[in-house]
Amino acid sequence: MATIRTEPTVGDAATGTDSGAYRHATDRTILFGLYDDEQKLLEAVRAANADHLEIDDVYTPFPVHGLDPLLGLEESRLHVAGFVFGSIGCLFGFGFMTWVFTRDWPIIFGGKPYWSVPAFIPITFELTVLFAAVGMVVVFYIINGLGPGAEPRRLHDRITDDKFCIAFDVTESSDGEVSNLRDYFNRTGVETIHEKIVAA
Amino acid sequence: MSGHVAPVRRPLITGHKTYHQITEDICRPTETAPSLSWVITFIISVMLLGLFVFSVAWTIWVGIGSWNLNRTINWGWDITNFVWWVGIGHAGTLISAILLLFRQKWRTGVNRAAEAMTIFAVMCAGQFPLIHMGRLWLAIFIFPYPNTRGPLWVNFNSPLLWDVFAISTYFTVSLLFWYAGLVPDLATVRDRAVGLRKKIYSIVSFGWNGSAKHWQRWESLSLILAGLATPLVLSVHTIVSFDFATSVIPGWHTTIFPPYFVAGAIFSGFAMVLTLMLIARKVLHLEDYITIEHIESMNKVILLTGSIVGVAYLTELFIAWYSGYIYEQFAFLNRVLGPYYWSYIGMMLCNVLSPQIFWSKRLRTSLFWTFFMSIFINIGMWFERFVIIATTLARDYLPSSWSYYVPTWVEICIFIGTLGLFFTLFLLFTRVAPVVAIAEVKSILKTAGDQYIGPKALAHAHANGHHKHGGNIPAEVNDMQAGGTVDIDGENDKPLD
Repeated sequence: MATIRTEPTVGDAATGTDSGAYRHATDRTILFGLYDDEQKLLEAVRAANADHLEIDDVYTPFPVHGLDPLLGLEESRLHVAGFVFGSIGCLFGFGFMTWVFTRDWPIIFGGKPYWSVPAFIPITFELTVLFAAVGMVVVFYIINGLGPGAEPRRLHDRITDDKFCIAFDVTESSDGEVSNLRDYFNRTGVETIHEKIVAA
Repeated sequence: MSGHVAPVRRPLITGHKTYHQITEDICRPTETAPSLSWVITFIISVMLLGLFVFSVAWTIWVGIGSWNLNRTINWGWDITNFVWWVGIGHAGTLISAILLLFRQKWRTGVNRAAEAMTIFAVMCAGQFPLIHMGRLWLAIFIFPYPNTRGPLWVNFNSPLLWDVFAISTYFTVSLLFWYAGLVPDLATVRDRAVGLRKKIYSIVSFGWNGSAKHWQRWESLSLILAGLATPLVLSVHTIVSFDFATSVIPGWHTTIFPPYFVAGAIFSGFAMVLTLMLIARKVLHLEDYITIEHIESMNKVILLTGSIVGVAYLTELFIAWYSGYIYEQFAFLNRVLGPYYWSYIGMMLCNVLSPQIFWSKRLRTSLFWTFFMSIFINIGMWFERFVIIATTLARDYLPSSWSYYVPTWVEICIFIGTLGLFFTLFLLFTRVAPVVAIAEVKSILKTAGDQYIGPKALAHAHANGHHKHGGNIPAEVNDMQAGGTVDIDGENDKPLD
């Protein structure tokens, strides 16, 4: 089973260099192959699983369905964040209006009770949605390490265009293991193979 | 958003596109110099925006007295325009959220532009409640915040305050939803750019790199935001309709308002999407991505919602008569035959009768008629709001207070000015961001591209569900029967999450 590292590498020249620029001890050497079709990519990931090759990450121009189970990715738990933030918004909205109209400054509007629950529903609903959406989006960017100025690992410019990338971390690999990976790439119909040094 | 393809489905992407061609086609408008038609339209829009700034400044300097509102008709063009713009702002979220939940693939071609339109329309809408306060600098009073006046809080029982929360929530959520979808596409533009452009797009694309886990979370986020935005979009116009429905004015005090306003909002929003998209596909050469199939689908929505609105108009009349309540009966008689009879006729003609032409497949797949109708509907929906607001107020309980209202030049210029604001923002958007969702269109290529499905599909594309890039499609292969289906991979059929 392949393991996937998704730790973001924020705040560094993530794209690295191909040649011998100054190298940090923590830099990783990434061997990656570019495929020109998502079906080839899926087949290649299956082959990697069969060969017990440890895929570092897979990069694609659009979400490829069927990839997550092959990579052993667990289902996203973002909806939990949405539920938690939504609940906070709901309780906050309703609680605040209750406090204002029953404790802080009770006013009778149109002969209705101070605590006129039906009239609180629209704002409670809106705040539930607002908190859930904003909270979830913020969590999404934080756990992905994305944001203005963030520079996570970027391997190749065509990955956001039409190439599907499988990457292996070969920092500690022997020459034999690397040539084994190159064989694997060629066997699975890769288009091009690249090697790149990136920040950890 | 892959899945089963019904045999009746036609291709949504034409021209035998490869993934790379999709990137090229959609990124091109952001990378080339603007065309002359763009420049001319932009100059006109900016001039109208200037008119907006001037007439708003005039309103604030002279005071609300520069409008023709009076004690009887105290809501006129301002609130009419507000409701009109909010209504237009409904189609974007409808397309991106509700159609995502229904797995309608055609939404991918138009959702980006429609969402942008939503955001800009809500910005235009937001101007009117602010301006009509007169003292713009006191607008903060509408928000509940700790204060030294008691503390005196806002009235949480008032529909006008619900509106503040609804519109600001809607704007925020639409913006976040839109931008989350935009991030991967801005990364595509970034990876093609050089120099300063690359720096700018690096910042705005948030460092997106297309990692599998990021995509998984991105799809999860899109789906949940869609789930949240769906009730939200319905709630917003419901709450706008509460501004009227919770009052005790005959003609406003009706329980049909929420569903009727929501249907009308979708109706007018789709009309505006069509107006914009018909121009955009031509000017930006996106005919392969926004096809007749897309236009026909939207026309079907227009036909449905237009008919719902028509039924609502007739129901109102019937209920007014059936209620046996003379004030209600008078309000509706006045609407149809009173001093503003012309706006009622305009509303009925534009909104109810004319969309019925879309029962004809020839007309709903005709670009000319679609464009003509989209303008017609925009006018009709403006009339609807004017009918509801001005004609109802013009004849109140006291005949001595009866009045007639015509806008001043200031009110007219503010409205025309918001069109300038809207088009300025939209034109800028077409220059800086991909107008079609690149990643999402790519993800439906193999189930909606014309080399895979439809009469022109190629047999070899069928055989292994994969298609070689670089346009080396054997010309002789065209033996697949029309309306064939492609199911790339059984595993792809399960839902996103």
